[in-house]
Amino acid sequence: MALSNEQIERYSRHIILKEVGAKGQKKLLGAKVLIIGAGGLGAPAAMYLAAAGVGTIGIADADEVDLSNLQRQIIHQTKDVGKPKVQSAKETMEAMNPDVNVITYHEFINSGNILDIIKDYDFIIDGTDNFPAKFLINDACVMAKKPFSHAGIIRFQGQLMTYVPGQGPCYRCVFKEPPPKDAVPTCKQAGVIGAMGGVIGSLQAMEAVKYILGVGELLTGYLLTYDALKMQFRKVKLPSDTHSCAVCGDHPSITKLIDYEQAECDGVGL
Amino acid sequence: MKITVAGVSKEVKDGLTVAQLVIDENVEMPQYVTVTVNDDFVESGTFEQAVLHEGDSVEFLYFMGGGAE
Repeated sequence: MALSNEQIERYSRHIILKEVGAKGQKKLLGAKVLIIGAGGLGAPAAMYLAAAGVGTIGIADADEVDLSNLQRQIIHQTKDVGKPKVQSAKETMEAMNPDVNVITYHEFINSGNILDIIKDYDFIIDGTDNFPAKFLINDACVMAKKPFSHAGIIRFQGQLMTYVPGQGPCYRCVFKEPPPKDAVPTCKQAGVIGAMGGVIGSLQAMEAVKYILGVGELLTGYLLTYDALKMQFRKVKLPSDTHSCAVCGDHPSITKLIDYEQAECDGVGL
Repeated sequence: MKITVAGVSKEVKDGLTVAQLVIDENVEMPQYVTVTVNDDFVESGTFEQAVLHEGDSVEFLYFMGGGAE
């Protein structure tokens, strides 16, 4: 499929890059990325991927837009309060770029539906706000052999890592199991600077784009940490020995997906 | 002896354990922190026995949720 004149103009800043070119842009247009969580991380990730011309973007979230979301979830506007987040996100992405086909999942992900949802996608972005979902996404991606980007944000801090099957540790290698309910604060309890979602969610979009294009080095085997107050990024090397991991190791003890109990204060939001 | 903690070089007393370092560094919620020494995990529950050595590089990896909500 050749690029149209309009597409050549729209994506000209991509196409001029030797790492992208027309060939890379066609890869983006043919790619499918799933974003789980249309919130602080998912909003900027979805917008940059839509603008980049990622041809199919899935977005999963069971929540509705709340006024308190708008401080950071830039894909939603004031007029969208009360609307399903996936609907609002879809409208924004489609208005940005008609090349993008947006598929919405207005539901919670759980052990029963996640494998069916992720199976059609090339890359998954974890933009969720709670540990049960983060472990579920990790385990499902390991089992289904799907690459994904993990991220977390709180207060003035963020973290990011990329999992690619067979290329280093998964999230569970590093964090063995979810902390007990309410042991670790959420953004709702502890707060977060809005731009933190922009920084870290944009990095997740960057990892997805690099994966699709097959260029550069992904954040596999590292945890990137960002401290905004110190204005410091650190790329922390993770242990490469994954043999004993409960899910991606040689003899996994976790062979079925687990629905962990979610912190009550998280409400229903992904 | 000299060790590196989260990328910063520090002078600490000989025989320091990971458990003591966690206290000295005011690690938040130490029961949920993942610790690596020289790119190897220190099993949780073994911080008391994990003695640090000259030149060791220690990292604390924290749970971080956030995102949607």
